[in-house]
Amino acid sequence: MELEKFEYDNAIVKNFIIASAVFGLVGMLVGLIVASQLAFADFFNDNFLLKYISYGRIRPLHTNAVIFAFVGNGIFAGVYYSLPRLLKAPMWSKALSNLNFWGWQFIIVCAAVTLPLGMTTGKEYAELEWWIDILIALIWVAFGVNMFMTIIKRRERHLYVAIWFYIGTFITVAMLHIVNSFELPISFMKSYSWYAGVQDALVQWWYGHNAVAFFLTTPYLGLMYYFIPKAANRPVFSYRLSIVHFWALIFLYIWAGPHHLLYTALPDWAQTLGVAFSVMLIAPSWGGMLNGLLTLRGAWDRVRDDAVLKFMVVALTCYGMATFEGPLLSIKSVNAVGHYTDWIVGHVHIGGLGWNGFLTFGMLYYLIPKMWNTKLYSQSLANTHFWIGTLGIILYALPLYWAGFAQSLMWEEFTAEGALAYPNFLETVTQIQGMYQLRVLGGLLYFTGAGVMVYNLMKTAAQGTFAATEADQAPALPVTYTPSTNEYWHRVIERKPIQMLVFSLVVVAIGGIFEIIPTFLIKSNVPTITSVKPYTPLELEGRDLYIREGCYTCHSQMIRPFRSEVVRYDPVDQEYSKAGEFVYDHPFQWGSKRTGPDLHRVGNKYPDSWHFNHMLDPRTMSPGSIMPAYPWLLEDNIDYEMLPKKISAMQTLGVPYAEGYAERAIADAQAQAQKIVDNLAGDKIKTDKDKEIVALIAYLQRLGTDIKNKDLTK
Amino acid sequence: MLKFIKGHMTSIDGIEIFPVLSFVIFFSFFVAVTVWIYTMKKSKVDEIAHLPLENGNDYPFNKNSENEK
Ligand code: HEC
Repeated sequence: MELEKFEYDNAIVKNFIIASAVFGLVGMLVGLIVASQLAFADFFNDNFLLKYISYGRIRPLHTNAVIFAFVGNGIFAGVYYSLPRLLKAPMWSKALSNLNFWGWQFIIVCAAVTLPLGMTTGKEYAELEWWIDILIALIWVAFGVNMFMTIIKRRERHLYVAIWFYIGTFITVAMLHIVNSFELPISFMKSYSWYAGVQDALVQWWYGHNAVAFFLTTPYLGLMYYFIPKAANRPVFSYRLSIVHFWALIFLYIWAGPHHLLYTALPDWAQTLGVAFSVMLIAPSWGGMLNGLLTLRGAWDRVRDDAVLKFMVVALTCYGMATFEGPLLSIKSVNAVGHYTDWIVGHVHIGGLGWNGFLTFGMLYYLIPKMWNTKLYSQSLANTHFWIGTLGIILYALPLYWAGFAQSLMWEEFTAEGALAYPNFLETVTQIQGMYQLRVLGGLLYFTGAGVMVYNLMKTAAQGTFAATEADQAPALPVTYTPSTNEYWHRVIERKPIQMLVFSLVVVAIGGIFEIIPTFLIKSNVPTITSVKPYTPLELEGRDLYIREGCYTCHSQMIRPFRSEVVRYDPVDQEYSKAGEFVYDHPFQWGSKRTGPDLHRVGNKYPDSWHFNHMLDPRTMSPGSIMPAYPWLLEDNIDYEMLPKKISAMQTLGVPYAEGYAERAIADAQAQAQKIVDNLAGDKIKTDKDKEIVALIAYLQRLGTDIKNKDLTK
Repeated sequence: MLKFIKGHMTSIDGIEIFPVLSFVIFFSFFVAVTVWIYTMKKSKVDEIAHLPLENGNDYPFNKNSENEK
């Protein structure tokens, strides 16, 4: 058969590698800063009180940077390297490859600018505003088209399992991103989530958990199934197992989202589904981990002094740890302890630093010498990186496990007399300050290690010569293929990428349909509470400020039905949070982490003046507080002109404001603001109705109070 | 759009069946995949498993200049 000659494009791989390394360092650095803001809050409050680097704004910058810039570019680098080689065909379109690269970097730059400016949708891991969401969808599709056309033009009939993982990733991420990003733009800067309350929460965590699953896990499993055999120089331990791994994983993962919402106002049946599928997930996950580790078994003697293999062993081990912990944390009783605490932060960093980070490092230590035709500049520097990186992970995770446990126990401890042992939330925060400081040290070590790697790789590149293309040859696929007589249905799918795509989509869509649609269709899922009314325009404005400042990164608005929680957060009426209280919340703001106390019943807890002083400098009202100060809220003006637009937008989304209310919105808001100003004046505080702080106070004082207007509940 | 859904389709009977149904679907799916895998021919499986190693099975690279030992 005639051999066709062709060339693989290494230049695009190189670009993605550089982007991944650069944004990796930047993302980790921002992580170090946010960790320091918690560990050394006084220092930041006294010296670096800049709104653009306020915790609530740059914590999302950190998460977005490491997920979408560091890991995202890592995925593209790995796919653009392995896919053509597995298919014996260069990427279909150089133009699309470049569009993918530059478009993605442009999105990252947009994120890096807009998040510090406070432009955010307020939904975790999906914070970017509507027009960036559209860009993401377009670039992602460009990537998908390029990948699919390459698959169609391939010279290898069979699709290796890594490619299945790539296909599953592409289609699922597209679906998740589009469904979760339904939002109604009201300006360039701002949009409202199409969904509200419980429904928004369900969609968000269906997306959020599967961002972990299909952005941080499945593509990296594809890379693992390619690069581990490469580095170990032997085929994967069990190819059959890898197929079970793939189908079971994508099927189960998509259902697991509700485990982020246990004990919340989400309907019980949805919670149960989430728990069951999360627990089952341990089987395929561990199957995959063992498959990877057993592949390395044959190269065990080399693991001791080969950097690539070492990083991969730890990456797989961390994958195993994280996927053991995940199901564990999904069990309701364990979740009751772990949720809202630093345990969860420790858990994701085992995954992030260990699995994604170390697998990326292993891949880079393999690819750079390979593409530059040389040896690694220094094995001993790579070893240094390995050890300080590993130590960094341990020093990061252990203190947070400790902090999470300790704090959770303090939250629920009662004295013999039946009162909370730690009634002041802040006390449970100051107790774990030392752990926060250790965590910074862990992060610093990890970051240093990554810096050492970048130096080592640059030296490696400098001593070698980069081959922008790599030649290969293979016979073309015969146009007609006669399948052997006893062909099974699946082998047909596995050879045909489009069917494969459709089949994966069906598999992942089932979970979404089962979980999400009923919540939308059934009224009884969200029992209405008649006394719950839409926000006033001023409160709505305050809510937007709450979202802009990212208060949800530290505060939850979801009191679980535990004695320890209702006693702490609503000592008088002891009401936990009900689904019907959130029906006008576009987007929901339940939060996922309590660095500060829950705020759902904070309305009427303090006088207006308390909030005023607290926002100016939290330490004056709560000595030792690690909450950032927000002095700019006292200076910046409310944009009253936007209010009619915001009210109309809410009407479009189904919030029952009276017909024509938008025209009265400004006057109503200013009247309410004036009341708060007068009230503050009574406490000798001077401000005026144009200041943002007034709107924020209005919102805080409204939170969770509707349900208490019992006379209104029929 | 959502207003429409919310307003017009207000109930589904027997929501309890959902978790059971979903489990049944998964279980049948899992069995199907397993059956399929164990009916694959060994030679074919080996051939596919070797795909990553086909071009340049050359790690660890022992080319020029390593500056330590
Ligand atoms: C870095 C984490 C962090 C961020 C971000 C944060 N807070 Fe806090 N917040 C805390 C901590 C810790 C406390 C408890 C100590 C205190 O009262 O200051 C607290 C307390 C509060 C309280 C008092 C609650 C009570 O029941 O006593 C309010 C109200 C509050 N925060 C509002 C906000 C608002 C509004 C924002 C956003 C503009 C915000 N917080 C952002 C950490 C944070």
